[in-house]
Amino acid sequence: MALLEFQNVSKSYDNVTKALSDITFSIEKGEFVSIIGPSGAGKSTLLRCINRLVDASEGTIVFDGHDVRKAGKAEMRQMRAKIGMIFQHYNLVERLSVIENVLHGCLGKKSAISGMAGHYTEEEKKEAFRIIQEMGLSDQVYKRCDELSGGQKQRVGIARAIMQKPKMILCDEPIASLDPKASKVIMDQLKEINQTKGITCLVNLHQVDVAIKYSERIIGVSGGKIVYDGPAEHLTKEIIQQIYQSSANDLIMDLQR
Amino acid sequence: MSEKVLQPGTTISLDLEKIMERTGKGKIKIKAKNKSRYALQALMVTLLGLTVVAFATFDYQNIDFAEAVQATLQNIQTVFLEPELTRDTLTSVLYQLLVTFCLGILSTIIGAFFAFFCSLLCARNIASSRMVNGIKSFIAVVRAVPTVLWVLIFAVSAGLGSVAAVVGLTFHSFAYLTKAYAESIEEIEPGIIEALKANGASYWQIVFQAIVPSTITSMVAWTFMRFEINFTNAVAMGAAAGAGGIGFNLFMAGSFYFDLQEMGMLTYIVVIAVVLLEMVSTRIKAYVK
Amino acid sequence: MIFCGASLVTQFHLAEGIQSFPAALHWIFSNLIPDETAMERLPKILDKLVETALLSVAVTVLAGICAFFFSLLGSGITKIHWSINRLVRIVAAFFRNVPDVVWAMLLMFSFGQNILTGFFALFFTTFGLLTRAFIETIDEVSSNCVEALEATGGRFIHVVFQGILPSSLPSVITWVLYMIETNIRSSTLIGILTATGIGYLFDLYYKRLDFSSASLVVLSIVVLVLVIEGVSNKIRKVIL
Repeated sequence: MALLEFQNVSKSYDNVTKALSDITFSIEKGEFVSIIGPSGAGKSTLLRCINRLVDASEGTIVFDGHDVRKAGKAEMRQMRAKIGMIFQHYNLVERLSVIENVLHGCLGKKSAISGMAGHYTEEEKKEAFRIIQEMGLSDQVYKRCDELSGGQKQRVGIARAIMQKPKMILCDEPIASLDPKASKVIMDQLKEINQTKGITCLVNLHQVDVAIKYSERIIGVSGGKIVYDGPAEHLTKEIIQQIYQSSANDLIMDLQR
Repeated sequence: MSEKVLQPGTTISLDLEKIMERTGKGKIKIKAKNKSRYALQALMVTLLGLTVVAFATFDYQNIDFAEAVQATLQNIQTVFLEPELTRDTLTSVLYQLLVTFCLGILSTIIGAFFAFFCSLLCARNIASSRMVNGIKSFIAVVRAVPTVLWVLIFAVSAGLGSVAAVVGLTFHSFAYLTKAYAESIEEIEPGIIEALKANGASYWQIVFQAIVPSTITSMVAWTFMRFEINFTNAVAMGAAAGAGGIGFNLFMAGSFYFDLQEMGMLTYIVVIAVVLLEMVSTRIKAYVK
Repeated sequence: MIFCGASLVTQFHLAEGIQSFPAALHWIFSNLIPDETAMERLPKILDKLVETALLSVAVTVLAGICAFFFSLLGSGITKIHWSINRLVRIVAAFFRNVPDVVWAMLLMFSFGQNILTGFFALFFTTFGLLTRAFIETIDEVSSNCVEALEATGGRFIHVVFQGILPSSLPSVITWVLYMIETNIRSSTLIGILTATGIGYLFDLYYKRLDFSSASLVVLSIVVLVLVIEGVSNKIRKVIL
């Protein structure tokens, strides 16, 4: 059975214009899938429907055998704990230390009181240190996150997601605020997580070339609809034009790998 | 799957100890090592400590707290749920509101006038730093004196009334606006002033050709915000320093006739006026931005 | 034109205002240096000054704590039902806009000439003001990290204490420090009205025409406010 299934999912914010309309696709365990499309196409909304940061209006979303939209509060939290998320603006608590931010990854499993007070077990702390080391942030452990560079912040974001021991990681424009060098580091790390830990990755991307380079499968979204869903190598200039609704010459990209 | 983490676990954990720091009890530390965090903690402990000390040392004069609270609730009910004008007519009250309004306007205009010239002298980018520091400390002192005391000080020579009220209120507006204006002037791009200087413009030409046009919007916003504050202050001055206006009516109703219903109605009128002003001011702020 | 109209309504004369300046300045300078009677009263003044300072700290801290939790209900990003958001904002606007003098007079009836009169009068306005300020702060500062913490499956209370609180604390503290300073000035006004604290002391000397002592009161308030302002500026630089 697929890890994630969308069936005829729609979302509208104001009951008039649809941010998503009739979205259907499924993702198998261990896949690395990119979603591409112009800004405002509904990529972010699609991702957020999965962990219910945004509630879909119609259709069914099944994650790991559970109907996401019908889940109660406690069930929803459990589900969220199994889904890591990485954001364009990192979304760290900037005034807390790197290690504290990584430990936030296990809040989903904490009781109300111990999570509130920020009490973590020694095991959890060690695990967090291990992940931080893997991410190459050993020297930054006790620094406050607002002292880090963008690339480092995003690595903390990834570490937080891994801390959740997730089945899937959602990445919302993970490299949109980073320079090319840091972008490469982040994408390589995501790919590595996907391959060594077998965590499914669903990545929103702006850059078509990056999507083609890193992912096996690409979903093209335009105007809230899926206009392409298939292997990366089958993505042609014409399809890209269709996704971005402009001539390929206007697009800054490089299809040669 | 997770083998990569676990298998070389022994070697990794040795390295881990190097980057981990432990507390006296052997627990792993997770808080940031940062000066500001310690300062914040110390400050919070101090403030909470002072609060406890305050409650411990207050002279409560053996007041029956429960009874007082009950009476208060009853009074609040009378004031806010049964408001009625029993002494004054609505027209006379509205006229007094206008008086308060005008007290606010006068003090804002006069304050803004002086503040404009003073801010030219204490904006770091156009004045000497000695001048700036001097004027800034003078302004800090002016600001530190409560408005009501300024009003009463001027009442010594001018007598209680609108003159003392306006002058007293003006002092605070002046200090507040000088600071605000100076900050807006400091935000001007240095290029604008330099360009005019290079053209050989005189001081006043720079002021009126460069500084005024580029700061006028934020100055208007600040001035209006100050007007809002001055209006509320004018109500308070009417009550506490006999400066006239609706505040004085409030004072008479509350402390002289003990007429809670009248007080309620006057309060509502003031609140409505303030809310209206706030709405206008939000509009202006949005427009300016 | 507005100026003239306003002058007419309030019977304010610019000339008179300007004329009052020399006399007031004369008053200030002739009474600036406290005489012997004033110095005798210094302990009493200092006593009341400390009381006022403690009062405004206590009021602000307590109102700040209440306002923080209240503002969570009023902030858009905690995603509590919009009707509660609206209600919180209206309640805050009410407390903020009812003048503190009204609270003071109202409380006079039941609490009498007690320090608690001033305490509650200041508490209500401070609470209203800080609630609005905190709502803005929270909305501005923490929407990003709230989203992330919710995505990890954290509970509401986790999000508040691990996300919103640490991110908004510096500006919350800045507001509290500012309000402490403001409340010292406001408590003078309320003191005059309710015959308590340092305001009463000033009023007393002022009405007895003991201007030298009265100006010593003013001086002591000025020093206190300046000290608090200086300290908060230092603190602000460190914590931000």
